[in-house]
Amino acid sequence: MLRPVMTWIDERFPMSKMVREHLTEYYAPKNFNFWYFFGGLAIVVLAIQILTGIFLTMHYKPDADKAFASVEYIMRDVPLGWLIRYIHSTGASMFFVVIYLHMFRALLYGSYRKPRELLWIFGMVIYLCLMAEAFFGYLLPWGQMSYWGAQVIVNLFGSVPFIGPDLAIWIRGDYVVGDATLNRFFALHVIAVPIALLGLVVAHIISLHEVGSNNPDGIEIKKHKDPKTGKPLDGIPFHPYYTVKDIFGLVVFMIIFASIVFFAPEMGGYFLEHNNFIPADPMKTPPHIAPVWYFTPFYSILRAVPPMFGSQFPGVLAMGGAVVILFLLPWLDKSPVRSIRYKGPLFKTSLTIFVTSFLLLGYLGLKPTNIWGQIGGGDVATLAAQLCTALYFLFFLSLPIISRLDRTKAEPDRVTS
Amino acid sequence: MLVVATGAVGAVGALAAISPLFVSMAPSERAKAAGAPVEVDLAKLEPGMLITEAWRGKPVWILHRTDEMLSRLGETAELVSDPDSKLPMQPDYAKNVERSIKPQYLVLVGICTHLGCSPTQKLEAGEASGLGADWSGGFFCPCHGSKFDLAGRVYKGVPAPANLEVPPHQFLSDSRLLIGDDAARS
Repeated sequence: MLRPVMTWIDERFPMSKMVREHLTEYYAPKNFNFWYFFGGLAIVVLAIQILTGIFLTMHYKPDADKAFASVEYIMRDVPLGWLIRYIHSTGASMFFVVIYLHMFRALLYGSYRKPRELLWIFGMVIYLCLMAEAFFGYLLPWGQMSYWGAQVIVNLFGSVPFIGPDLAIWIRGDYVVGDATLNRFFALHVIAVPIALLGLVVAHIISLHEVGSNNPDGIEIKKHKDPKTGKPLDGIPFHPYYTVKDIFGLVVFMIIFASIVFFAPEMGGYFLEHNNFIPADPMKTPPHIAPVWYFTPFYSILRAVPPMFGSQFPGVLAMGGAVVILFLLPWLDKSPVRSIRYKGPLFKTSLTIFVTSFLLLGYLGLKPTNIWGQIGGGDVATLAAQLCTALYFLFFLSLPIISRLDRTKAEPDRVTS
Repeated sequence: MLVVATGAVGAVGALAAISPLFVSMAPSERAKAAGAPVEVDLAKLEPGMLITEAWRGKPVWILHRTDEMLSRLGETAELVSDPDSKLPMQPDYAKNVERSIKPQYLVLVGICTHLGCSPTQKLEAGEASGLGADWSGGFFCPCHGSKFDLAGRVYKGVPAPANLEVPPHQFLSDSRLLIGDDAARS
């Protein structure tokens, strides 16, 4: 029954060939652990966001006078509109949870190392697009945090020497964040960035399947192939082995996801900030503003760098640099081994300090700068943020040296469990 | 060589072809026309009070300073980074200690020079402000902790790089202020 249909298709489109190459005969290392759930989960979240986004667009109005009310209309009057919106807003935060864990996995097991540099770069560009997507989307509810968040981020571009002020006006389409800004952010959020994201995800997967997946041991499974079949001895077909495993991971993830949607959609003000339930007021900034949690580490870095030469561009540069430096990771790590399992104490210490600094920067970015009181005329929290910023960059800058000096263990010949 | 030349010409052509898309993102004629001056009646503005007016979509503060407030500008002169208003954040006629035309009336664009938040008013000096007993009154930006004194001068060691902007303005009479137009003065 199905076979003639498949034959008919295969004569016109390489259907079976693609299924073989990417699923049934794509050999993934057999020792994947917990950390390997997040790539697949990211794709699922992307699908959820696109799907719910389409239906939100049917009711939302990208107009400064109507936007806030139309979101409330979705929440109160549209049948199950609240559910679709909460799935979309929870999805935004969960996207970053999944992506941060996915990136940390790469950091643990050296998944960015040769020949996976381009795979890492595609991933980083996806991360950049995701940040843009989240930023554009956050303006749309037109609440106080939407408005002032956009004001701050657009003004970051305004601090670029010489062209800055004109650039900021061009981005806003007005002299202040206004209707023109909202309308274009809507266009970018629902058309431009999603298209770019989809293309990049395809490039990311094609590139992954070209070089093959890394694994917790950080060794190449292609080195040992069955002489008869030519298949990697430590590899198993992605389908059915990993599709089944990923479905299990997906079920657990969905339980968490649904619990948030139904029981804590605002997540105590971390997923949907309290001040964003107040309509945008260009005359009045809320007494404390902070970006949504996934931007706070970078926001802390911005805030920690003092102005120099009568300009706050250095802070903006530091924040941009904190993201850009991640791109260079494949060339900064000179260690003879990939995985943390065989790396030495220097790298492990350095990574621990890095992760602690990153988390602390994230925490401080949520709080006012005076949260820890003052010492010697300066805010303790600002000093802490400055220290963490230095440690954040030190991780990358010291990596070429410590990865050479470190006492690594010998990698095994075959994957371990 | 020919391929490179063809490619380069093609790329220039493609850029030229999509340039209208980028040009279309600049402020529209309607947005440009929306920046008319605003007239404010100061008769009811009691000493010590501050009102906020919208000009070009931005908040503009008019603060009626008391003599006590003006005297505190001497205290903060050492704490601020640009006490003499050297940076061009005000029209020339407001380039003085009070940063104003009439000492009692301070007119400021209420947008932090750091990243564009609107600072909150902490006009009262001392502990009541929540900024410590040595606070001399002024403005505090909640976004990144920048502080300004009662003339909008920025404190040292905060993220904001410059004093708050004094917009072009003029007095039409003793109690009528025009924001956004200073043609009669210059």
